[in-house]
Amino acid sequence: MALLVFQHVAKTFPQSAYAAVRDCTFEVAAGQFVTLLGPSGCGKTTLLKMVNRLVEPSAGAIFLNGVNIRALNVTALRRQIGYVIQQIGLFPHLTVAQNIAVVPELRGWKKPRIDARVDELLELVKLAPAYFRARYPAQLSGGQQQRVGLARALAADPDLLLMDEPFGAIDAITRASLQDEMLRLKNSIHKTILFVTHDVEEALRLADKIVVLRAGEIVQYDTPYNILTQPKNEFVRALVGANDMLRQLSLVRVATVMQPLPENFADAGAPTLSADENLREALSKILASGATMLVVTRQAEPVGVVRLEQIRALSRER
Amino acid sequence: MILFEAFQYAASRATEWRDALGQHLLFVAVALGIGIIVCVPLGFVTARSRLAALGILNAANALRVIPSLAILFLAIPYFGLSFTSAALALTLLALPPILLNTDAAFRGIAPTLQEAALALGMTWRQRLWRVELPLALPVILTGVRAATLEVIASATLAAFIGGGGLGIYVTRGFALFDNAILLVGAISVALLALSAELLLSGLERLARVPQ
Repeated sequence: MALLVFQHVAKTFPQSAYAAVRDCTFEVAAGQFVTLLGPSGCGKTTLLKMVNRLVEPSAGAIFLNGVNIRALNVTALRRQIGYVIQQIGLFPHLTVAQNIAVVPELRGWKKPRIDARVDELLELVKLAPAYFRARYPAQLSGGQQQRVGLARALAADPDLLLMDEPFGAIDAITRASLQDEMLRLKNSIHKTILFVTHDVEEALRLADKIVVLRAGEIVQYDTPYNILTQPKNEFVRALVGANDMLRQLSLVRVATVMQPLPENFADAGAPTLSADENLREALSKILASGATMLVVTRQAEPVGVVRLEQIRALSRER
Repeated sequence: MILFEAFQYAASRATEWRDALGQHLLFVAVALGIGIIVCVPLGFVTARSRLAALGILNAANALRVIPSLAILFLAIPYFGLSFTSAALALTLLALPPILLNTDAAFRGIAPTLQEAALALGMTWRQRLWRVELPLALPVILTGVRAATLEVIASATLAAFIGGGGLGIYVTRGFALFDNAILLVGAISVALLALSAELLLSGLERLARVPQ
């Protein structure tokens, strides 16, 4: 079932003549990583902030687990949704551990449980608890701060995580490593994630599905592969149509492209690769082996196939 | 030596000196107590509301322009030559620095932190106690420190309108043309101001956000 449903959601800010968001209808399935992609001012952040009611829609409704979020107590709603922002927003007067403990404390957890959770989360975001617990945010680098920000958002184990350009203010190398972390986390924590970005590569790399927004409207909602191979119009084509095809192949994960196993599938010794690899790896395996089809595996179990035609479709589009 | 004479004079009237100091401290306590109780909530409001800020902050600034002595004498027609007159005047003096700093302190909290507090699901009361007040505290304390020094210094003038305090030595020394007596008041007030400064700047350092 869809965890999150947007129904004809619109927002016009009081002082503004234009609608920031207009008539957005889409669904996010549980466990999916969906990015909201578009140029600045396209309404992606506004759309995101309507989910935890930092912004109230002018029209339409949003449903979380089938319940209209307007029917929920607003603070209770926010405590069950993780939120990560570009400016990180760690409280400077609290230690790392205290920052992470904010929501568990608001929810009334007992201290031993909170302490254990803080350590668990610091391990998860790869910060040594013994060293980082008692640090203050000002003593950390930007990348470390955002890891803490992520840990804070995950603290009370929310089903849904909202991320607003979380890596936007972080240098390119650290950003790439944080994106890797996100992919790793995505597989291990099974959260539904709504992720705002204006960075096409980031969107292609992380997303299961991408919502392309323009001037407050959804232009296309599809997998990274379909958006690359079947852009709906010139706008999407221009947005994602970077010239470096190999670069794009390296961004699209096999998992988002693979087709189901054929009916009469028998492991006929076809080369295999992991679902977490990208299409560039797939291409080089195809080139090296001479096969036209690769078997995609998860934990050594075949789960689908990826074919040479699919990769060629990406190059035909230009 | 005049300092020694001053010390001898104070030592010979230890009880009087202690009472004067007590009275002086009472002025400080009353003025700051009322100042903090009134101005911290008021500053919180002015930081939020442009309309409130316009009226109240301008009034506070206007109050600041009036000299201490004038405020002191302005109270006399209403409360006579009394402790009340002096305490009222000193309270009026304490208000502007506390109010203006509290306003600046709450205004200075980064909007992203306010949004983070909101998004984490804090109620407005939790935001106030857990986030806004702790972050505003160092700047509020700076205002309190400025107000304290101003009140300690100005409370000396209370003696001119019969309010007591350490200023009695200044008025007496002045009347008797005895600089030693005058110094008892001056040095006591200076030492008091210095201790207050040390104490409050220490508190301020404690409240500051760790770097």
